[in-house]
Amino acid sequence: MLLVPMILVHLAVIFYATSQNLTADAILSRTRGSVTWGLFYGIFVLLAAIHASIGVRNILQEWGRLRDRTAGQLAVLFGVLLLVLGLRAVAAVVMP
Amino acid sequence: MSSTSHAYRRNTLWNAALVHRLSGIGLAIFLPIHFLALGLALSGAAKLEGFLRLTQMPVVTAAETILIFLLVVHFLGGLRLLALENGPWFSGQRRVALVAIGVAAVVALIFLVRLL
Amino acid sequence: MDESHSSIDVSIWRGDANGGFQSYRVPSRSDQTVLDVVTWVQRNVDPTLSYRFACRVGMCGSCAMTVNGRPRWTCRTHVKSVFQESKLEIAPLSNMPVIKDLASDMRVFFEKWTRARGSFAPNRSRTKAVEEIRPDTPARRFADEAIECINCGVCYAACDTVRWNEDYLGPAALNRAWALMNDVRDTAGRERLEAVSAKGGCHSCHSHQSCQAHCPQTLNPTRSIAGLKGLSLQAYLRGEIKP
Repeated sequence: MLLVPMILVHLAVIFYATSQNLTADAILSRTRGSVTWGLFYGIFVLLAAIHASIGVRNILQEWGRLRDRTAGQLAVLFGVLLLVLGLRAVAAVVMP
Repeated sequence: MSSTSHAYRRNTLWNAALVHRLSGIGLAIFLPIHFLALGLALSGAAKLEGFLRLTQMPVVTAAETILIFLLVVHFLGGLRLLALENGPWFSGQRRVALVAIGVAAVVALIFLVRLL
Repeated sequence: MDESHSSIDVSIWRGDANGGFQSYRVPSRSDQTVLDVVTWVQRNVDPTLSYRFACRVGMCGSCAMTVNGRPRWTCRTHVKSVFQESKLEIAPLSNMPVIKDLASDMRVFFEKWTRARGSFAPNRSRTKAVEEIRPDTPARRFADEAIECINCGVCYAACDTVRWNEDYLGPAALNRAWALMNDVRDTAGRERLEAVSAKGGCHSCHSHQSCQAHCPQTLNPTRSIAGLKGLSLQAYLRGEIKP
């Protein structure tokens, strides 16, 4: 349920960034060193990774016809991949 | 069995569930790519800038519009399910589901128009 | 009536899961039900046609079949209401093994009913006085809304979560569990919540709402299952059940 307000903020950010036609420098100057953005997107990535891995597990079981264990392992793997890549991306954008 | 064997699926709410699942799959495929792209900033702003210039290609803009649609439709569909499973029961769910899909399309269209 | 309207062509599933549809020409009657059509074929064309029915008035839940791709109670389904593109196709209920022709094997359906602890566990014996229950209490209202199930299996056949997940208890069994959870005379609440919270229980439901769309008794199993999800979460947070 925390995802609800976060997605709204994220959508606002997308519309803001695209309307200003921000360059990479302009974006990074706004985000680098910002603890707020770092925390916000860090938590967003964590929640998204959990949510996506649960969904992927269900789909692998129901549509992929995989056994529960296999589906669970693949889903955890996917979740960890999302978490690592996501946090790396957040770090890339906010680290000063 | 035959062409009519899945006729029970011909209803709005079943299709809303299908849209929810397909949009979820779409977003799950997109997320790692999104993160990798942002990760380019690790090796300097110039690298990210180069990627951002790519997004001005019409085909990428079209893909972004579709992604906005997927995100909003998955978000609104999820809201409907949250309300339905946790709140008091409400009727008129077909309409709510259709409005969710419509709003997602409109938001995506606004996104597209502003970029053009 | 002209000749073309005096009879209808019907496709009926014959054999087991590897069988196929066979065509029959059946005389057309006004207010004819799908069950009437099947009965006519069995009595006049092929006495070996297997199907199930009992009350013929929508009470017993025996005669459910797949009619033009949708699960329905055939005794209360008029041919004219489902006759599309002059086609009538009658098959056994899906999501269950086919025994023969139009008879599906409903054993798993009823076993899941038991697994969901669908039986009443009374709090007093017959020697005690009958407990007074006010019909306007919230719990009794929930129970009343869920008790008119006739076990026909239509919701189970319409449910894609059942189709995709063979462990899933299904709408009917979970709806029954919800009715009992709201029955103040019942004493097996905790065990039942444990049973419906386990793998394949209420949390497997995706709220497609096909059960609600097809239930001939216009019950709402999706709402019942949502209720169970809430109870299950509360019990988990209180530490009464384990994941």
